[in-house]
Amino acid sequence: MTENQIERRTISVLVDNEPGVLSRVTGLFSGRGFNIENLSVGETLDPSISRITLVTSGSPAIIEQIIKQLRKLVNVIKVVDLTHTEFVEREMLLVKVKAEAGARAEVLRIADIFRCKVVDVSPRSFSIEVTGAEGKIKAVLDLLGPIGIEEIVRTGKVAMARSKK
Amino acid sequence: MEMTGAQILLESLRREDVEVIFGYPGAVLIDIYDELPKTPLRHILVRHEQAAVHAADAYARASGKVGVVLVTSGPGATNTVTGIASAFMDSVPLVVLTGQVPTAVIGNDAFQEVDIVGITRPCTKHNYLVKDIERLTTVLKEAFHLAATGRPGPVLVDLPKDVLTSRTEFHYPRKVNLRSYRPNTEAHVGQVRKAVDRLLKFRRPVIYAGGGVIHSGAHREVKVLAEKLSIPVTTTLMGLGGFPGDHPLWLGMLGMHGTYQANMAVAACDLLVAIGARFDDRVTGKVDAFCPDAEIIHIDIDPTSIKKNVSVDVPIVADCRNALIKILAVIEEAEQEGRLADPSGLRQKWLERIETWRQTHPLRYEQAQEGPIKPQYVVEEIYRLTKDKAIITTEVGQNQMWAAQYYHFTQPRTFITSGGLGAMGFGLPAAIGAQVAHPKKTVIDIAGDGSIQMNIQELATAVENNLPVKVAILNNRFLGMVRQWQQLFYDKRYSCTSMTGAPDFVKLAEAYGAVGLRAEKPSEVTPVLEKALAIDRPVVMDFLVDREECVYPMVPAGASMTQMLLA
Repeated sequence: MTENQIERRTISVLVDNEPGVLSRVTGLFSGRGFNIENLSVGETLDPSISRITLVTSGSPAIIEQIIKQLRKLVNVIKVVDLTHTEFVEREMLLVKVKAEAGARAEVLRIADIFRCKVVDVSPRSFSIEVTGAEGKIKAVLDLLGPIGIEEIVRTGKVAMARSKK
Repeated sequence: MEMTGAQILLESLRREDVEVIFGYPGAVLIDIYDELPKTPLRHILVRHEQAAVHAADAYARASGKVGVVLVTSGPGATNTVTGIASAFMDSVPLVVLTGQVPTAVIGNDAFQEVDIVGITRPCTKHNYLVKDIERLTTVLKEAFHLAATGRPGPVLVDLPKDVLTSRTEFHYPRKVNLRSYRPNTEAHVGQVRKAVDRLLKFRRPVIYAGGGVIHSGAHREVKVLAEKLSIPVTTTLMGLGGFPGDHPLWLGMLGMHGTYQANMAVAACDLLVAIGARFDDRVTGKVDAFCPDAEIIHIDIDPTSIKKNVSVDVPIVADCRNALIKILAVIEEAEQEGRLADPSGLRQKWLERIETWRQTHPLRYEQAQEGPIKPQYVVEEIYRLTKDKAIITTEVGQNQMWAAQYYHFTQPRTFITSGGLGAMGFGLPAAIGAQVAHPKKTVIDIAGDGSIQMNIQELATAVENNLPVKVAILNNRFLGMVRQWQQLFYDKRYSCTSMTGAPDFVKLAEAYGAVGLRAEKPSEVTPVLEKALAIDRPVVMDFLVDREECVYPMVPAGASMTQMLLA
């Protein structure tokens, strides 16, 4: 393959909502040396179908293989590469920040600017919920970093194609 | 009518036209084995579960039907893994039925419990754990459908003991309803026209056919296409028999141990027509140097095979035979419009160039009258004595390559080998499976002394079931292929490849109740073969061959295919 440029892709996979299906998908990635950067799973409106949203990266040839290999799994109903369509994506972050007396106001100000929610308070820390696209999550982490992050927990990404206007 | 799970299983197999099961009983399977004698199903009792899968694999390949395996839980199931992986790599339709501990204790590390669905997930086309007897017939219907359609492959169905003993009404579904599985079998017309344009225009085409030609039964269409447009044909190991090995357009096999003319023709061609082949590394060598100047047409039923290893100019996702029928129809149109102007004239120079390659570097070895027996000579004699009439299975290694090079297959489904996985121990159980499919045919396992010992216990299966398979051991008292690599690339350091502790194969055969014969000199080869072929019982032939003979040509791993070592 001539093109070797690595691209990041967000792929939406509709699968049968059955035991073992997630391991078929993740096993495909690990077995063939593909990368999963993040992943989320949830039921769709039709309870017999789940949606897996995953972010992967590779050359265009690798991405084409990933999509074809996913389609080949018997439990996979539909695979859509969202990257080149208009889509909305969200991820949630819970972050516990050190907030000693001098820093408490600053932490709250940052939370306010990014429309975050404070979900837990202690004398020495705040736990904050951040929802947004990847860029926003990164911006919040960059600003809170110097103040002192104690712990973070992130969900995978969820993504949805925009309605045609 | 209300039936037990065990009865439902066996009745379902009957509905799927299963005639033979290769299996081995165990605690959780007793209910099935208790019912089995009441059915018309034939059961071949193997001596190791791996052999059951290899035998079913060869049965499927020789007959074109789905092979069926029945084994118990735990070790019975894990012993099938090598066989399943081999069938998966070679796209062989199998349904593997494994017993499982009762649903109530699954996950409790019960006696002989193993998560076989988890273990075989990456080496089956699909697999199932049946937790509810109401799902049993649907799963079995789907399993047979998945195994045999699209790109064929093994499907495993795990059957807990309580599912086999509980009862329900028997209803066998008439149709499969899988919303996510619809293999594309019909070729796209636009792509077919693009392919034909190239087939008519290019001057140096080569057809490169693989196992897909055999699976889809496209051998006649390949021959018509080659003859109509004077296109030379090479095949992969899996494709042998897909084109007549005695045809003037036949190049021989390509790849690491392919013929000189096949590898040179592919390297120099301007159009490569890949049919049911997947550009395996043993075929392409260094990918960048593989047919560098050629456009590629790639016909394959599996979309993942296309553009996996090489970029393709005209991809056609379809059943090989369907695609070729459409291609031939468009060529027919062109012919009637007079656009097929003397294709052989156009390609004469190309064929002449190939002929020069063929004559300068043919496959060769020298059999001295008094010297040690050359393994190639044994294969040539087997060919001379059985051509067109035998099914050949092989073990894995040098024996396999010599069989591929020196036996000239003319019919599909007559060469059965573990191609993709390269599983040693394949040949003898495979011979048993092929013999079950074709009781009247001569079936010969071309073996090495290393590989044969991996499943030699199956001689008992052959003897017990009166399956007159013939085993020709090319006995060099080495693990020959690894020794060859050590000779060529590791300065002859023969670490752990000398196998001088082998048993006396003649006595061993006799101990199993088979016939044992031995040839130590070249003059004994033909008489031993003639004698063996005349005996209607299993025969083991021990040919003591030249210990350090190598398979040539050979392309070192990772080199370009034109960098062949010729001797």
